[in-house]
This record gives sequence, structure tokens and C-alpha cells, in this order.
Amino acid sequence: MAAFNITVNNKKHEVEADPDMPLLWVIRDVIGLTGAKFGCGIAQCGACTVHVGNTAVRSCMFPIQNVGDEKITTIEGLSEKGDHPVQLAWKEIDVPQCGYCQSGQIMAAVALLKENPNPTDDDINKTMTNICRCGTYNRIKKAIKSAAAQV
Amino acid sequence: MEGSVKNLNRRNFIRISAFAGGGLVLGFNFLSSCSSEQSSSQLIDLNAFVKIDTNGQITIMNPNPEIGQGVKTALPMLVAEELDVDWKDIRIEQAGLDTNKYTRQVAGGSGSVRESWESFRKVGATARQMLINAAAMGWAVSADTCTTENGMVVHKKSGKKVKYSELVERAATLDVPQEVNLKSNEAFKLIGKRIGNVDNQAIVTGQYKYGIDTKREGMLYATVIRPPAFGQVLESLDDSEAKKSPGIKQVLRFENKIAVLGQSTWEVLQGAKKVKAQWKDDGVLESTSDYKKNLRDTLSKEPSEEPRRKDGNILTGFSSAAKIIELDFEAPFLAHNTMEPMNFFAHVKEGSAELYGPIQTPERTRTRIAELLGIPEEKIAIMMTRMGGGFGRRLMSDFVEEAATVSKLAGNVPVNVIWSRESDMSGGFYRPMYSYKYKAAVDTNNKLIAWHHRSIGVGNGAASGDSFPAGAVANFQVDTQEYKSPVPTAPWRAPTHNFIGFSEQSFIDEIAHKIGKDPVAFRLEILEQAKNNPVGKVNYNPDRFAAVIKKAAEVAGWGKSKAGNIFQGFAAHFSFETYVAEVAEVEKQANGKLKLKKVYCVADCGTVVNLSGAETQLEGGIIDGIGHAMYAELTLTKGKPDQTNFNAYRMIRMREVPEVEVHFIQNNEKPTGLGEPGLPPAGPALANAVFAASGVRLKTQPFIKSGLFA
Repeated sequence: MAAFNITVNNKKHEVEADPDMPLLWVIRDVIGLTGAKFGCGIAQCGACTVHVGNTAVRSCMFPIQNVGDEKITTIEGLSEKGDHPVQLAWKEIDVPQCGYCQSGQIMAAVALLKENPNPTDDDINKTMTNICRCGTYNRIKKAIKSAAAQV
Repeated sequence: MEGSVKNLNRRNFIRISAFAGGGLVLGFNFLSSCSSEQSSSQLIDLNAFVKIDTNGQITIMNPNPEIGQGVKTALPMLVAEELDVDWKDIRIEQAGLDTNKYTRQVAGGSGSVRESWESFRKVGATARQMLINAAAMGWAVSADTCTTENGMVVHKKSGKKVKYSELVERAATLDVPQEVNLKSNEAFKLIGKRIGNVDNQAIVTGQYKYGIDTKREGMLYATVIRPPAFGQVLESLDDSEAKKSPGIKQVLRFENKIAVLGQSTWEVLQGAKKVKAQWKDDGVLESTSDYKKNLRDTLSKEPSEEPRRKDGNILTGFSSAAKIIELDFEAPFLAHNTMEPMNFFAHVKEGSAELYGPIQTPERTRTRIAELLGIPEEKIAIMMTRMGGGFGRRLMSDFVEEAATVSKLAGNVPVNVIWSRESDMSGGFYRPMYSYKYKAAVDTNNKLIAWHHRSIGVGNGAASGDSFPAGAVANFQVDTQEYKSPVPTAPWRAPTHNFIGFSEQSFIDEIAHKIGKDPVAFRLEILEQAKNNPVGKVNYNPDRFAAVIKKAAEVAGWGKSKAGNIFQGFAAHFSFETYVAEVAEVEKQANGKLKLKKVYCVADCGTVVNLSGAETQLEGGIIDGIGHAMYAELTLTKGKPDQTNFNAYRMIRMREVPEVEVHFIQNNEKPTGLGEPGLPPAGPALANAVFAASGVRLKTQPFIKSGLFA
């Protein structure tokens, strides 16, 4: 066990944890934010996507000791009232079905738009690799384009 | 469609009562099955379907489990439509299991909207009429001269208006109307509109608490280790290292399983890895290759069970055939792979239990838990969370029973039992493996005169007798049987139909090809036969079926030359009372490889309740159907699953998804469900397009193994 000082959604936390403990479980079980989801535990599905700095990271395989000084943003910290352009687009297009993978999808989409404010279909296909079993992919794509037009 | 309700029992209604917020409530309970036993003086419940408080807040309850199929939005829409309230003023709440208040609290069979269409609108209409009666009494006018608009009763002649919230107290003292009128489809203001999922705000902000997010005071996390192979049992266990692992509180042995309990999910998942268990074989452990061989062998013998359906005599049909066409199909096991792994919160106490989490069948589950714990059903509370997918997996109650057992054995400790993805994928309840043999005959006029479908599955439900083209063929027989194995199987989105749709629609395409007919024209010809000369029971309406086929051909430009190297495939399937036709378009690339570009879909689900929800169910069903047909299989080696996570079990991703274009047949028929019917035609539409492009008939899944795809 070791002590880590991490900043999640602009709030500082001092956390006692195994250095190998993945960031997902620090966020969920220690800090108590449950917006980032557990899906596979091997960085395949992306349900656990959060931002470390400006980068989308699959937090289920990202050890807390690798966070360093980078600030962490989870879905809960994306906006005060759920009015980030990507969140607004998700509601406007009515993307979620079961909704479980959507916080990861949104975090991946926000990171994509930071990097590339006007992504083509091809850019979206290459970057958005999170799994959605409900099959909301086409609405996700539409929402990303709608958000890109707003940003 | 005008309708009226008669003989409402006043005692079944609840009128008024104070509730926690200090307001007043109008509740309606006439769907209650046991209400006739309740006395009129008894206050039954406050919030069965509708709560209107004196501050103006209107709350509509959703009694059915929400698994992503959209009932939490669609069912309250039915109430709100007839209540005549503005959707934006409504709050929706999820109800827990309550068999005194509700009937059919199940998510399955695409049945929620279909089964609730009349009753839920009656709830709204009855409430509205009571509010009108209350207003009319206050104004001393006839109720017939009053109407409603957006949460207010209006008297047009005098221009008087009053809000529902100001009427609830009086309304609750009035007799329940014996008869109410339901709106005609033309009068709908809400039904048919595009309404967003009611939990969208909570979902996109990460605030929605799924079952896996449940945390309570004093709660322990737990995970369960199961035998690594189907057909194995637990022999011995060394938990000494696991017990020393950080955060681990208990290690319990039960049945053939081991539960590890601790302070956090991560710690229990780590602790579980340190458990040393010895497993032994309890019988022969079978592999996928064994099942394939055994299914084929059994299928080549005379069937042991009575035919599922038998019209005419297939032997007569085959003996007078001008041409006989045969085709065999095989389906692999599929995992459900809900994105939210199995989990459940349980707190068993002395003589009672609280259960909280994602379950499609709360009522049946409560019965199982009552038997398991020896606690009366009325002492067991089950609350359903919105589920991170169901697809049939959460019709099973094994994971709830496990959670209850662990809570009890741990000393009545509150626990949230969470499955790792590996447990979830290798823990069973798969879509059965199937093996099919089809044989059909046409006469000298190329008319279909005989059809024989022989089927077997590892698990039940390999075939349904009444599926198309049943009713249109003079000599028709469906045989089915089950191959017993230790591998647990379960319904999987569009049970039976998910592979019958593929095989039957591929076989129809094959017959059309072999007799030189256009696949769409051939289907329409069969439906004409079912309409004009039906044979035995016809469980579909040939006209409605033909209409979706014609419309799909029209919107997809079927039979017209397409730009580039585009090839089309057609499929249509009737399931869960909904008619769906789909056209898939594949592109043949310069290197000869194929890529799916687009799927057109036309559905007749009767009246569309929520246009956005209906579209997204069909889009999702198609993408799910394509994804599994293209990429998915779960194989076993000596009883042990070969794929235990998404690195080995391939799920469709964004770059592989086709464009999807959805259309509805506009009619005023009673609505039917859409959670499943979009899926069965997707695989065969693609397979038939592949045949058109390559001449290769796909007979097994996943298609990717054919090597035909880019």
C-alpha cells in the first residue's frame, strides 16, 4: 500500500492504495464515483474510459501509480449540469439504449473532439473503438458530428 | 380505434392520501389481480401508476424492468397520452416488484408495450375522467361540456380552466367511472412522437446507479469462483493465501462454488486469484467438435419426438417433386455479453430479505429466492435497477440466488456479488448450439409443395413449428429435439428466431435461386398461397407480411441496377407479432473481398408508440444481429469455454457497422414490440447478399470465417 495524491474532477484526494490498483477501482470503490463503468477489466470494451490529462484512458488497466501529476476527469466532471456539447448531442440524438457503455463512449468522444474538432466518418471509426452491445453506434456517430458542429 | 372500459370496480381504486411530501395523491390500481378481496375502506396503495400532488407534480410509475428496450419511456407515454398532460411536466419513477399493484412485471418476448397498450391507456383515461368530473362538479356544469388540455380541465363555454393539481382532492372522493373513452389514433398528441429516453440526463452525466454501482453501509463486495469447465465439480480448496490477501474478509464454499468477500471489488477480484481449488470431472467433458458431430449424428436418425408441426404428408410431396432442394445449417453457442456484468445486491436477514439489482423476471425470481431461503414471498423485497443490457441473460435468476446464498452464509451480511467478465462469459446460459437440415420440393410449375425442417439443439427451442412458410405449403413438417448436456443454455435476444430467421430465409433464397425466381417475388407468391389456400394454422397475416416485403423492396430499389459493385440480399421474418423485412447491401471491392455497407429495414409493429425508441430498437437489433452473425461464437474444449473476454470473443465495433435506414408501415393496428424482431432478418439479409455477390452460400456463423470479407 502507498499514499497517492490525485485530483479527480478538480477535487484533491489522498488515497491509500496498492500501486498496481487500476484507476477504475480507485475512482469507483475508494473515491465513490460510479459513472465510469466496469466492463471487461482488460481495456477492450472502453466502458471505463476517463481522461488522464486530455487523453482518453481505459482506466481498468491503468495503475494508479502511473497517474503522476495529471488531472483526472470522469463523466461526473465533464460539466456542471450535463451541458457539455457532447452530452447535449447525446440527449438530442437520443443515443442511449441500456446506457451502460455510454459514459465511456462520451469520454472517448470528448477526447476525440479535443484532438480533432471536425472528424470525418473514417476518423470516428478509427478512434471510437468502445463496445456497445445494444448497437447504438450509428447514433453515437451522428451525435459526435452534431457536437462537432456546436463546438 | 375508439374503445371503452366497462365494469371498473370502485374498490380497486385508491383515491387519496397524504404522502411523505405533504401533498396528495391520486392512485389507480384497477389492474390489480387480488383487489377484489380488499375492502372498500382499506387504503391499498398510493402510487400504483399515477401520482398527482397538490403542488402540481405528476408522477407516472413504470412497473416493468428496463433493459434498454425503452419501456421506461414508452409505457408512461401511454398513460400520459390519455391523461392529457404535457410530457415535459411528468416525472417517471421505476416501481419495484409488487404483485398486488401490477401484473406482468417482466422484460421478455418483446411483450411490454403489446400487453400494456389498452390497460395503461385506460389508467390515464380513467384518471382524466375523474378530474373532469371533479371540475364539472365544482363549476356546476355537465361533465360532457368539459374537456382537458395539458394538465388542465377546461370549460370552453365559460372559458374556465383549472389545473389537475387543484382537483385531486375532490377527484379522489368521486366514484370511479364505469366506462371511459380512449382516444382514436388521429387524436394522439404524444404517441407516435420522437421522445427521448427518460434516463438520458442521468446516463450522460454518470449519475444513474446501475446494480453494479450499489453500495450500502456495512456492505461487502463479493465475487464467485465457479468450476472452470461444464461438467466439473469442486473437490478441494486451499484458501489460506486468499484469506491473507489485502481487504479479504471471508472465503466461503457453497455448492460447487467459492465466494470471496472483501472491502472493494478490486480486492475481491485479486483475492479470488489466490484461491487454490481442485476440480474433478463429473462425467465426460465435451468439446464443440463433439457437439457438432453428435448433433449431426442424431439428426441423421429418425427423430425421437413427435413433429412440432405436420401438414399433409411430406413423403407424398417429395415423391411427386420435380426438384428437391436441401441445405444444412449450424449455429454456435453465443454468450449474452451484457455490457454490465452479472451482479446483484442481497441482504438476507432473519425472516426477510432485500434484493436490489438488474433482473428481467423479478416475480419468478422472488419465488425462487423464497424457496431457497425458506422465507415467505411477502417478506422478500425486490427492486429492479435499469439494466446494462439483458438480452435474455437476466431472465435467469442464478446470480440473484447466488447473491442471496452468499449474504446468508456470510452471516446475513449485505453483499454486492459482482462477476468478472471472465466469469460472466464462461459462466454459461448460452444461446444453444443448433444443427438443422432443410429439404424442400417444387412441382413442375415450380410451386413449393413440400418443406421439411429437422432440427436439434444443445438446449431446447431449436425450432418453432409455425414459422414461415408454415401455412403456405401443402406438405409441411418440423421436427425438433434436444441434446442434453451440462452446458446451461437460455433465451438469447429473439430466442429460436435468432437462428431460424437465418436458416429459413437463407433456404428460401436458395430455393428461389434454384428455380430461377426472384427472391422477393417468390416470397410474395408463398404469401399469396397462405392467404388464398391456407394449410392448417397461419399465425401471421399474409397481407401485413407482404406489405413489409413490398415496401422494403421499394425503399431499397430492389431489382434495379446499383452503382458500383453493390449486391443486395433480402430477408423477412415475423416474430413476436411484428413483421420485419430487411435488405442488405454489400460492396465487392477491387480485391474481390466483400464489405457490408447498408441495411434497409421496414417494420410493421402496428401503431408506433415512441418513434425514437422504435427506430433505435430496430437499428440496434440489426447491428446486434449483424455483429453476432459476422463475428461471434463461443466454443468449448473439454467443457471449458475457449473465449472468456472481449480479446477473444469478437463483438461488432463502430468501423464494422453498416448504415441503417428504418421505415415503418403506417397503420392503426395495436402496437407490438420491437426489442427482438429487428434481429432475425439481419444475418440472412447479409448472407443472401453475400450469395448474390459471390455465389457462396453461408451456412454457419460466424461469417467472418468464410474468408470472403474485407
